[in-house]
Amino acid sequence: MSNWVEACTSDDIDEEDVMRFDHAGKTFAIYRSPDDEFFATDGLCTHEHIHLADGLVMDEIIECPKHNGRFNYKTGEAKGAPVCINLKTYPVKIEAGKILIQLG
Amino acid sequence: MVIIGAGECGVRAAFALRENGYDGPVTLIGSEKHLPYERPPLSKAAIVSEDHPAPRTIAALSLFNETNIDFIGSSTATSIDRGEKSVALEDGRKIPYERLLFATGASPRPLPLAAGSKHCTTLRSFEDALAIRARFQPGARIVIVGGGFIGLELAASARKRGASVTVIEAQSRIMMRGVPEEIAKVIDTRHRDEGVTILCDTGIVSFADSAENVAITLSTGNVIVADLAIIGIGATPVTALAEASSLETGNGIVVNDWLQTSDPNIYAAGDCCIFPLAVYGGRRVRLEAWRNAQEQGTLAARNMLGAQEPHQSVPWFWSDQYELGLQVAGLSDEGTQTIRRDLGDGAFILFHLAADGRLIAASGIGPGNSVAKDIRLAEMLIARGARPDSHQLATADVKLKSLLAA
Ligand SMILES: Cc1cc2nc3c(=O)[nH]c(=O)nc-3n(C[C@H](O)[C@H](O)[C@H](O)COP(=O)(O)OP(=O)(O)OC[C@H]3O[C@@H](n4cnc5c(N)ncnc54)[C@H](O)[C@@H]3O)c2cc1C
Ligand code: FES
Repeated sequence: MSNWVEACTSDDIDEEDVMRFDHAGKTFAIYRSPDDEFFATDGLCTHEHIHLADGLVMDEIIECPKHNGRFNYKTGEAKGAPVCINLKTYPVKIEAGKILIQLG
Repeated sequence: MVIIGAGECGVRAAFALRENGYDGPVTLIGSEKHLPYERPPLSKAAIVSEDHPAPRTIAALSLFNETNIDFIGSSTATSIDRGEKSVALEDGRKIPYERLLFATGASPRPLPLAAGSKHCTTLRSFEDALAIRARFQPGARIVIVGGGFIGLELAASARKRGASVTVIEAQSRIMMRGVPEEIAKVIDTRHRDEGVTILCDTGIVSFADSAENVAITLSTGNVIVADLAIIGIGATPVTALAEASSLETGNGIVVNDWLQTSDPNIYAAGDCCIFPLAVYGGRRVRLEAWRNAQEQGTLAARNMLGAQEPHQSVPWFWSDQYELGLQVAGLSDEGTQTIRRDLGDGAFILFHLAADGRLIAASGIGPGNSVAKDIRLAEMLIARGARPDSHQLATADVKLKSLLAA
């Protein structure tokens, strides 16, 4: 259960932004919050499997680029139409400027 | 509370009544036999998917049950007694209301010339999509009358299924309504690259059916034979019931800022209503857009409960054709000056500014969702009445988010 994977470095993402990370055939989204914390979720919207990394981060919300479905990227919670299925989240840690996410 | 029409708007309204704490009876009446479903996939995924499509439902039946929303499907509301405050259904049932919402949507505008042809169809419902899908076979000759969104999305879907396509447009270019020429051109070129024939400035003189197909005589004198012709010349609001109930109508059910009709107990929202658009000084518009249907459904519900909040959103819609994603925020025809921002990979955004420098619309096109983030930020700038610097708008390196902070 301690499968930590290096996703990127902290410099790769601006504050209040998101970046796509593909690993082992799956896609994830890595977020940097306005207060400079890092988070990770599944990379595809639960509505139509669209890459969330093309969406807009506002505070703790990621908004899907396709139909504006919203999730709280810290908790994965779906925040209203058209999304109703929550997003899976992953633990994140930072080591020497590297962002690691825990898979599996 | 009673809602007529179980589309995107009606369903949103029903849930919003509950989300806003209303615990009295909520009845949602819909003529269609399915659980309420999303329409946008009908011209896209439902047509091209490998597997036999199913309607993409907006909410599971369990959700209606859990929230105690009485969804009555396969049932058309046939009359309203405004004095007694009740709605009659076609089976004779009468449902009393305290507040009523019209969310009856729109239906494809018929082309009288095509009325007698059995090889002509339109697209609005899931059944329509299934019938069209069945005819989109490799080699089939498809004619699309009208170069608007639905027609062009269908053209792209037909090409993916190997059918040949001709689009007939009466005006001088495709997507005359709502999309600036520079963007229409990108889409036009993409379709032509894909082998679609687009005939602009072309009218139709007649449709003549044979057993297998239809011969369409054009204003140019040419005749095109189609195995299937799809009429995509826009939609008209479903207002017959509102008219019969003597509510004020005119290209839609007329509502005020609060989405209230001429009867204070009756509201209308979504594709069926014509409303004052606050961001453009109260210009009256009727939109046919998915997010608007959701937003107005939510707002109508709040106002039915007494909130008296005006509709203030910036209109927004998208269209997908091939790998291209188009998004428009605001009404671009309000602009007098256009500024272009190139995002790479062929993607670009046009910012439309009013004479006084206010950003009033933004339209973008590009592969996938490449324009989505900037369009969303532009939408926030529009809502705010911002007057962004045109050099900054034109420079892709200047993040729109930074303009928003300014
Ligand atoms: C093929 C297609 C593709 C689209 N693609 C996009 C897109 O890409 N982007 C976008 O922004 N928008 C798109 N739209 C538009 C979007 O789907 C509509 O704006 C939205 O569905 C409007 O929702 P509505 O609830 O107002 O109306 P509707 O979805 O039309 O729902 C109204 C419902 O009311 C029912 N009804 C009417 N009268 C009665 C009555 N008397 N009694 C009971 N029921 C009644 C109707 O049967 C219907 O089910 C598309 C539409 C279509 C048809
Ligand atoms: S794909 Fe994300 S909201 Fe529809």
